[in-house]
Amino acid sequence: MPGLVIDRDIVIEAPVAVVWRTITEPDRMIQWFADRVELLVEPGAHGYMEFGDQGGPVVVEAVDPPVRFSFRWNHPRGEEPVAGNSMLVEFTLTPLGEERTRLRVVESGHELRDWPDAEKERYADEHRDGWVEYLDRLAGVLAEGPSG
Amino acid sequence: MTAQADDDLWSAVADPSRRRVLDLLINNGEVSASWLGRQVPFSRQAVSKHLVVLEETGLISRRKQGREVLYQVEADRLDQAARAMADLAAQWDRRLAAIKRLAEAAHAEDRKRKQHNDQSSDRNA
Repeated sequence: MPGLVIDRDIVIEAPVAVVWRTITEPDRMIQWFADRVELLVEPGAHGYMEFGDQGGPVVVEAVDPPVRFSFRWNHPRGEEPVAGNSMLVEFTLTPLGEERTRLRVVESGHELRDWPDAEKERYADEHRDGWVEYLDRLAGVLAEGPSG
Repeated sequence: MTAQADDDLWSAVADPSRRRVLDLLINNGEVSASWLGRQVPFSRQAVSKHLVVLEETGLISRRKQGREVLYQVEADRLDQAARAMADLAAQWDRRLAAIKRLAEAAHAEDRKRKQHNDQSSDRNA
C-alpha cells in the first residue's frame, strides 16, 4: 500500500550543474539540510546524517548527474532500507535553458508494491491532485465544521 | 529526521476509494454503512472494509443507535494528520528555498569570477 507522499518543486535561477553541486556535495548539504553529513554520492553508498541531537543512516539509491539523485532514510538502525521500512527522497533536476533549473523533490513512504496494476494506475491518476491539497482541503472543511 | 508520519494513517487516506468514503462522512456528518453503500459505485463489503481501516487509524468512530451503527469523522485526528502533512511539506519548502539561495549565490560568484577573468576592468555597476 502506498504511504505518505510529499511532492514539491522550485525554480532556481542557476544552471543545472550548480544546483546539482548544491544538493549533492556534503559541505553544501550542511548549509540547507543536515547539521552533519557523511555521505559518498554513489549508488548503494551508506552514509549518516545528523539533525541536532538526532541522526540516522542514509543509503544512496540513484545518482544520475546532473538530473537525478535519490536516497532512502528513516529506516531502523541496523536494517537495510527497503520499500516497506524507509522513506525515499528523490530529487529531479530539469534544465529550463542555460541559467534556470526546476528542482523537484518527492518524499514517499511505502510504495505501491501490494497493489494490483489497475489499482496502481487509478491511484497514480487520482494522485495527481496532490495530497497536501487534499489534506489542506479537509482541514479547511473541518475548520468550518461538518454539516449534519 | 523528518516529522514522524503515521504510516497506517497515510496508507488509509492514500486509497482513493477510502478518500471517497471519508469525504462522504465529512460532508454528511453521522451516517450508516448502508447509506454510504448507496452513494458509492463499489460493493457493501468494500465499504465495510474501508470503514474498518479508517476506524483503525482513528480517523472515524462508530456509535450504535438502535439497530443501526453510525459512523462519523474524528475531527481532531484528521486535523492532526493534515497538520503533520503540512509540516513535512513546509519543511521541504524551506529546504528548497535554501537550495535556491545557495545555488543562486554560487552562480553569481561563478559569474563574477568569470567576468573578472574575461575583462581586466571592473564589472559594470
